[in-house]
Amino acid sequence: MPPLLFFLFALITLGFGLNVVIARNPVTSALSLAVSFVGLAALFLSLDAFFIGTLQVLVYAGAVMVLFLFIIMLMDIKEEADHGRTNLAAIAAGVAVAAILAVQIATVSGRLPESAATTRSAALKLQEAGARWEALGSKNLPTISNDLKAGSLPDAKLMGDTLFSKYAFHLQVVGLLLLVGTVGVVALSKRDKEGSSPS
Amino acid sequence: MAAIFANIDLTFLIVSLVKIVGFTFAAVLPLVTVCVYLERRFSAVIQDRVGPNRVGIPLTLLGFKKDIQIFGIGGLFQAAADGVKFILKEDFTPKMVNTFYFWLAPCLTVVPALLTCAVLPFGSELDLSLLGLAQPVKAVIADLNVGPLYTFAIASLGVYGIVLAGWASNSKYPFLGGVRSSAQMISYEISLGLSIIPVFMVFGEMNLPKITQFQDAHGWLILPLWGDGLSLGRWVLWIPMIISFLIFTVAMFAETNRLPFDLAECETELVGGYHTEYSSMKFALFFMGEYAAMIIGSGLAVTLFLGGWSIPFAPLLGLDFKAGATPLWLGLLHIATFFAKVLGFILFFILIRWSLPRFRFDQLMKFGWLFMFEAALANVLLTAVLMIWFPVK
Repeated sequence: MPPLLFFLFALITLGFGLNVVIARNPVTSALSLAVSFVGLAALFLSLDAFFIGTLQVLVYAGAVMVLFLFIIMLMDIKEEADHGRTNLAAIAAGVAVAAILAVQIATVSGRLPESAATTRSAALKLQEAGARWEALGSKNLPTISNDLKAGSLPDAKLMGDTLFSKYAFHLQVVGLLLLVGTVGVVALSKRDKEGSSPS
Repeated sequence: MAAIFANIDLTFLIVSLVKIVGFTFAAVLPLVTVCVYLERRFSAVIQDRVGPNRVGIPLTLLGFKKDIQIFGIGGLFQAAADGVKFILKEDFTPKMVNTFYFWLAPCLTVVPALLTCAVLPFGSELDLSLLGLAQPVKAVIADLNVGPLYTFAIASLGVYGIVLAGWASNSKYPFLGGVRSSAQMISYEISLGLSIIPVFMVFGEMNLPKITQFQDAHGWLILPLWGDGLSLGRWVLWIPMIISFLIFTVAMFAETNRLPFDLAECETELVGGYHTEYSSMKFALFFMGEYAAMIIGSGLAVTLFLGGWSIPFAPLLGLDFKAGATPLWLGLLHIATFFAKVLGFILFFILIRWSLPRFRFDQLMKFGWLFMFEAALANVLLTAVLMIWFPVK
């Protein structure tokens, strides 16, 4: 991707991200967040991460934000009443969280095996990776090694393979957590016919 | 500035542009008008009416004796007459609406519907050595490895158009339509996504051109009648595939807001649903978005389950696709096959619309969550279990 496009999408992501906090109309905020997600997805695409980029749009922009919008509309939230009053505590907390995240990212990315390489020198070595997959023997999935040797990055397949072999246990823990969350939501929102709490 | 443009492949850029303009604006958009005509004529046939059969080029206005009917078929100009009517009507914006979102909503319906064209393989390859291109041109705008996911991702943005139209209109019937449709589309998106996971498992692939090439050589997914398709494994896996196809088609009807799932419009209850307050070209954009989504949905169903551009019994007829060695006439024939199949599927869409009554909203939600979702999930499991004994190579 040409650098020009990177700056364009970075600007879209950050600009609309800023608009989420600044905008007074809650619908504008929600939609700005959706556009910001789309910009972020484009940045993922520029890193050859097509699968993650597409999921970003599918899950966040396409499903989660629609639910947000749905709730905003159902509750009929109008524009914020208190114009001009700045909430200093909220701003300070926001800056602190952003700073912590920046430090965390910097620390983690400094320790990655390829962290010294730039994007230009760390070109994808697909052929070698394909040969390495083939050498795995019984663990080799032909669909992955064939793709790599043909010069295309099978990112979805590689991710699936990693998730369901190396991180299979973690995945199941996350799945269980989601199940507990779902059951909890149903239990909380299901109104008891007899002793219903006043709402 | 020159350095930025120096590493851009000009041939690639021009070929891509031609494909985008050619497929999106010269094929899918005109198909919308074809669909409108087909819808009107076919519904007339179903209901034992005559339908629009008179509209031609109106030469009588200029003093000639007869209007011209193209190919001798009356009514072919009905769609053009509809279009002219849309353009000439007053473009009215009510006073109480939220103007920005009121204008944004129709665009947000049409743009995602047309963007989803990008990953559909509308043909195999075109050998353009006549024009001096060494490599054959792939007849797909973007050859992505995550094709169907991209389509779903962009299509899921289409719900914003309907929701915003309902909200920005500041009127109760559009609002009800918008709320209903967002609930409906989110619910059926889950079944739609889950229903094609078994398909990906069988192909071991999410790249639509590769999926179509496989079907060309080894039989269509739900009609495995040649090549490796005649093996026992493919016919055992045919059972989950046909379940997938049914769930996919039903969910596609719900996603495109077509009858029997058109609760977003639902004129008997909600006047016109989310587009009650819209007139003129803004309404026409909603209309176009709905039909474009229907065409792309048909295209995706055809590509995944019915072999896409593949000609039936191609290897037996010697018309099968060979990468890099496909003559130009075969490439063009593949494109024609694709559009013929899509038109056939659209006729099926129309047939269903004029045959079945509308669901009630609670029935729709119950059906989506208590049957479609479970069936799609169980189908994934069934396919996985069957593939232990009958793996597809």
